[in-house]
Amino acid sequence: MTSAFAIRRKMINYFMLFLTGLSSVLVISILFFILGYIVFHGIGSFSPAFFTHLPKPVGESGGGMANAIVGSLKLMGLAGLMGIPLGFMGGLYLSEYGKKNVIGFCVRYAADLMNSIPSIVIGIFAYILIVLPMGHFSLLSGGIALGIMLIPIMVRNSEEFLKLVPDTIREAALALGLPEWKMVIFIVIPSASRGIVTGIMLGLARISGETAPLLFTAFGNQYWNRSLFEPVSSLPVMIYTYAISPYEEWHKLAWTAGMVLLLLILGMNIISRWIFQKRLG
Amino acid sequence: MNSADPSREFFHFFRKSQLLNFLFKNGVLLGALSILGVTLLIAVQLVIHSHLPIEKFGFSFLWKTVWDPVGEQFGALTFLYGTLITSFLALLLAVPIGLGMAIFLSELCPWWLSNPISFMVELLAAIPSVIYGIVGIFILVPWMRNSGEAFLKSTFGFLPFFKGTPYGVGMLTAGIILAIMILPFIISVSREVLLAVPSTQREAILSLGATRWEMIWVAVLPFARSGIMGSVFLALARALGETMAVTMVIGNRPDIKLSLFEPAYTMAAVIANEFTEATSDFYIQSLIEIGLILFVVTILIHALARLLIYSVTAKFEGRS
Repeated sequence: MTSAFAIRRKMINYFMLFLTGLSSVLVISILFFILGYIVFHGIGSFSPAFFTHLPKPVGESGGGMANAIVGSLKLMGLAGLMGIPLGFMGGLYLSEYGKKNVIGFCVRYAADLMNSIPSIVIGIFAYILIVLPMGHFSLLSGGIALGIMLIPIMVRNSEEFLKLVPDTIREAALALGLPEWKMVIFIVIPSASRGIVTGIMLGLARISGETAPLLFTAFGNQYWNRSLFEPVSSLPVMIYTYAISPYEEWHKLAWTAGMVLLLLILGMNIISRWIFQKRLG
Repeated sequence: MNSADPSREFFHFFRKSQLLNFLFKNGVLLGALSILGVTLLIAVQLVIHSHLPIEKFGFSFLWKTVWDPVGEQFGALTFLYGTLITSFLALLLAVPIGLGMAIFLSELCPWWLSNPISFMVELLAAIPSVIYGIVGIFILVPWMRNSGEAFLKSTFGFLPFFKGTPYGVGMLTAGIILAIMILPFIISVSREVLLAVPSTQREAILSLGATRWEMIWVAVLPFARSGIMGSVFLALARALGETMAVTMVIGNRPDIKLSLFEPAYTMAAVIANEFTEATSDFYIQSLIEIGLILFVVTILIHALARLLIYSVTAKFEGRS
């Protein structure tokens, strides 16, 4: 026997569960919608010239973003040089020495805070630190801005993956007479290496799309960048300047640049996931 | 060869690896401490390099609406307003949807589906801000101008929020883009928190004859409440500091208007737009001070978020 009350309860149940499912469908469809639009608009100007040519002045058709692609790679390399070792050391400290102590807590908290600082504020910091004293925009300042953003991502990722190495392995190494530093370098780090590589790839993917801190550090450059102390163009900044420009031709290139950037980032995400799953399997 | 030979002593020490252990541990510690150092340095530098407007305006910087680089009169209120309204709108839109999806993922979704869906949410988080920006300007803005805002105006036009000209660019559009950008944070953190609620909790109420939804409503959500609030604050911190996508769709006009269709400005957007154009020290320092405000606000909100999330995960730690 079902009373009206029971029916009402059931109806509410189904309705609310339906809503949760609906919101999931909505979120997933937003993702596909964005990906679809980027590919739809970006595929038009997608050609070898995009990867090999310099940007053309307004009015001339064709042209590519070779300098921006190389510039983005240079920026990521510089950021990696700074952010990966520092962040990794932080993560290593947290997993090996600072699990429960005060310094560990402070470092973990600082990394979390750093992760939440708006990227544009990091840009201001790099501007104050490098651009103001030097007097001009440069690859160096952009790289440092991105490097600072990479640090907290690296700290948390490497800590997580190092913690996955079981303590029994550490104890076994110590029991065999290995000093602590050898245990960490030759046993713990290699065991976590796949995870750490995953973390590095995810971190680089994250910073490769950052635009705000580059606007007034790396700035942009219509030509090739020749030194650390020159401005450099990058894909995200090119997307921004081309997208807000009034020229139809540039809008198309912005879409294509967006597609290339997105392919790069999604590719790195998928590869890193694949590397990590192979480890577990 | 006597044992008092200092070099031999030294190598003995070396071989025992005491020194190396010491060096290694402290080297790593130094790396870790430099992270603390960088965070502090950021705060200190921001304060030092905004001393001119801080000294001149004091706290009045926060509630003055004038932004006049020529007359060197600066106030942040219009930017604060734009930032707060767009972030609030984003939360209004993203919290119900994100929470709904988190509930779906943690309570209903079969395990074989849960992993790929979570991966897609991660992808949504991985899309860079500037890409949301181009989708914003070229797709969402025209759509809002032609259909979205026109519809809202004709249906809810009696409310002051939906009056005025539908420009397309404006606070509402920025709010929608921000909502999409913060969804992944709300989803993944809330899901984590919901999964931390012990399953005995669920079993107990199901055995009393509750429906699935009643179980979620009575036995799961109240226990995860502060953690979910934490995820919301985390998302808020993101929304406040978000720059590129907002700059591209908000219209960049320092005005305080009630209508959500009106163009506005945010703190991050004004820094992005005017920093390279700022000519005088005073102007640039005023922009840095806006950065400082942004920094302080996000840090406070972030601290609150961590505290709330921690209170849930710590409560159930060790129980499951």
